[in-house]
Parts: sequence; C-alpha cells; structure tokens
Amino acid sequence: MNVTRGFRRRSRQARDSRLPPGQYDVGDSWPVLTAEATPRLDLTSWRFTVEGLVDRPTSWTWDEMQALPASTYDGDIHCVTTWSKLGVTFSGVSVDTLLAVARPLSSASHVVATSATGYTTNLPLSDVTKGHAWVVWEYGGRPLPVEHGGPARLLVPHLYFWKSAKWVSGLRVLDHDEPGFWEANGYHNRGDPWLEERYQGD
Amino acid sequence: MTDSTPAVPIPGRWQTAVVVEVHPETPSAKTFRLRLPDRSPHLAGQHYVVRLTAPDGYTAARSYSVASAPDGSAEIEITVERLPDGEVSSFLHDEVVVGDTIEVRGPIGGWFVWRGDSPAVLVAGGSGVVPLMAMLRLARRAGRADLLRLVVSVRRPVDLYYSQELVGPETTIVYSRESPPAFLRPPGHMVEQDLPSPMPVGATGYVCGSSGFADVAASLLIGAGLSASMIRVERFGPTR
Repeated sequence: MNVTRGFRRRSRQARDSRLPPGQYDVGDSWPVLTAEATPRLDLTSWRFTVEGLVDRPTSWTWDEMQALPASTYDGDIHCVTTWSKLGVTFSGVSVDTLLAVARPLSSASHVVATSATGYTTNLPLSDVTKGHAWVVWEYGGRPLPVEHGGPARLLVPHLYFWKSAKWVSGLRVLDHDEPGFWEANGYHNRGDPWLEERYQGD
Repeated sequence: MTDSTPAVPIPGRWQTAVVVEVHPETPSAKTFRLRLPDRSPHLAGQHYVVRLTAPDGYTAARSYSVASAPDGSAEIEITVERLPDGEVSSFLHDEVVVGDTIEVRGPIGGWFVWRGDSPAVLVAGGSGVVPLMAMLRLARRAGRADLLRLVVSVRRPVDLYYSQELVGPETTIVYSRESPPAFLRPPGHMVEQDLPSPMPVGATGYVCGSSGFADVAASLLIGAGLSASMIRVERFGPTR
C-alpha cells in the first residue's frame, strides 16, 4: 500500500458494502458521460432490432416494446470513471423476453449492442441473459431523459456502465467476440466492477 | 487507420509519480507537473487517473486530462479545477507540494485524441480546455497550428486557463459574463458566429466541457456545418 502523505478518509462512516472497490457514492446527482453528440430520436420511427445468429430476426416498434411484459431493476449502477449510484430503479423489458422471440442459434456466444449514434459495446451472451440485462425507458418511474440514453437504453448493471449502451437500437448476435467502441479504445473487454476490470490488461 | 498511426496506448499499472512543479492557473485551478518513473507516451486528449490512499487503506481516485503535449519526456502536466467539496481536487489543491508522491495510472482513452495530422475544431467550456490545450501545444510544437481552430468559452477573464499561452491566430475566446476592457465582443453565451466559418474541410470537432455546455457546443457545430458523426465529446459533471 502506497499511502499518500496527509490524505485521510473524510467520513468516519463505514464504507457502504454496495460500493465496489475504487468507487464512490455519487448520491443524488447523475453524471453524464457520452462520447458523441446527444441525438434526438423520434418515437414514431424508433425501432429495436435483434439480428444476426437468430432463428427469427425481429424488429419492435416503440408501441410494440411497451406492450411486452414489463420488468424492473432495483439496485446499483457503477461507472468506470469511479462513481456509483446506489438504489436506482429502471423499468423496461428483460433482454430474455426479446431473445425468447428472436431465438439465438446454438452457435451464438456473444452480442454487440448498437446505438442510434453508431456506438457499440460487446457482451458475452451469458451477461445479457438469465435476468442480467434490460432495455429500459423509465428511470425512477419517469421517462428516461435523453442525456441518460432516452428514449431507451440497454441496462447491464452488473458491469461498468459503458456496457449499458445509451440510445440503444439493437443487438447483433454473433458466434464470436467483437470489441465495441470503448473496448477497442483501451477499456476492458468485460468490465466487472467487483474485479475492477477497468482497462485492457486488468 | 494507417500503419503509421500509433496504436492506442494501453494504460500501464499504477506508478508513483513525483510532483516536480505546482503553479496556479486561475484562482480555482492549479497545474501539477509530475515526473513518472516510466516514460509513458500519451496522445493529446488522453487522461490519467490519480489515486490517493489513506493510512487505513481507503482510496479515492479521479481522472484528469493531460495538459502537456506529448514530448517524449517522462513528465506530464495535469490541471485540476478545485471543485466545491471535491474530495480529490481539494486535497491536491490544499495539501500537495513539490516533492510529494502520488499514484497515477495512464494514459487512458483512445477516442478523444488528436494525432496531430488532420484538421480539427476544438471547443472548450471552462476547465474543458485542458485536453484541448494538449492538442494546441502538440500542433504548435509540430509547426502545424494551421490544422487547429480553438474556441474557449469562460465566464470571466480571471477564469481563463493558460491565458498567456493560449492566445494566437488559431484561438477565439468567448466571455459569457464579463469581458476584458476593450474586448470587442460583448459578454454573452457562445453562438454560431463564434465558431470558424466556413468549417475547415474534413475537420473533426472536439468538444469538452460540462454536460450542458457540451450539448450546446455540439449543436452549434452541427449548425455551422459539421456532421454529428465527426464530433467527439468529453463531458464532466452531473445533470442539473
């Protein structure tokens, strides 16, 4: 351990056990980190598409998405830039529901999530199935603000938040891994906050 | 990408840097010059993570953009804005002196970088000028300042980082609240007329500032003719 001269923990309170190593609680604020210009998306032309190695490539309109069985996440989110936001609620649809319709082939192993902006992020299929991932359009019971990815974003809360693609437009199902935007730009391929998988080589 | 394009540097492990110089940039910002044990070449626009460790093992880490141009040395400069209640920034401002050591890791980021060989329009709000200053310094060092146009928006003259070094034919300064005496442009928020016209052909836009500023600046660049896909944004701070 390399102690910094003069540095002390500010609060005597015990560290919240919900915080992964190296993270701090951002409290009520919610930082916005986006690498591109914020897009304005029209709900009438909005689509979410699951394609690639699936039995039935499927595209949902906004209204069709809203009609799917609702699913909610209550928990925490963790950004690689070291903030975490505890006790948040997002609602939308489970990715399991979408994949149950599109039916990935047995050779499928990974997905690339795509955004309306061209942003991409890659995930093993196991990180977006069995209740691990959602497409969400509500935050705290209100429509998801555009700066936080509205109208809808991917939510993969057990991984660093760059995996939760804003303005998500679909999933491409693959039989191999394909680095996404940040993964090709020095960040970790998987991004587990509890293992501090922040950058390549961690 | 061509063969001559350097790959994105992979951030190394944590290393212990020595603070070799500290100087104030504005009343609320200080520049720290750090000597790294290992020479770690960075690209203009990249950042380092600074980590503080308490005797009980508690750590706090934040990211800071590199202000200095890549120069082949083992030294980098970061400029740190003192945030109200900022755990790391206030420690750096109030406690750290020349000779201290701090842990750093980097360089990080392969998107918000300029490699010095293509036209670019840089737009900064306040402390967002830091990574863009690394780009300006790189361009001037290489004798290619003609590739860059830099627009910096600050509230008041006293808030301008690198004020002596910044000014030049490639630089426009916008004062939103109070301008210096005899400054022709009246104080006011940045508008499209403050941006280069026409936009340099093939230019990439780099926007850095608060989230609100970044949205405004990106919209202005689009209005001035830059395609949204050519705009790279680095934001900081919460939504209001």
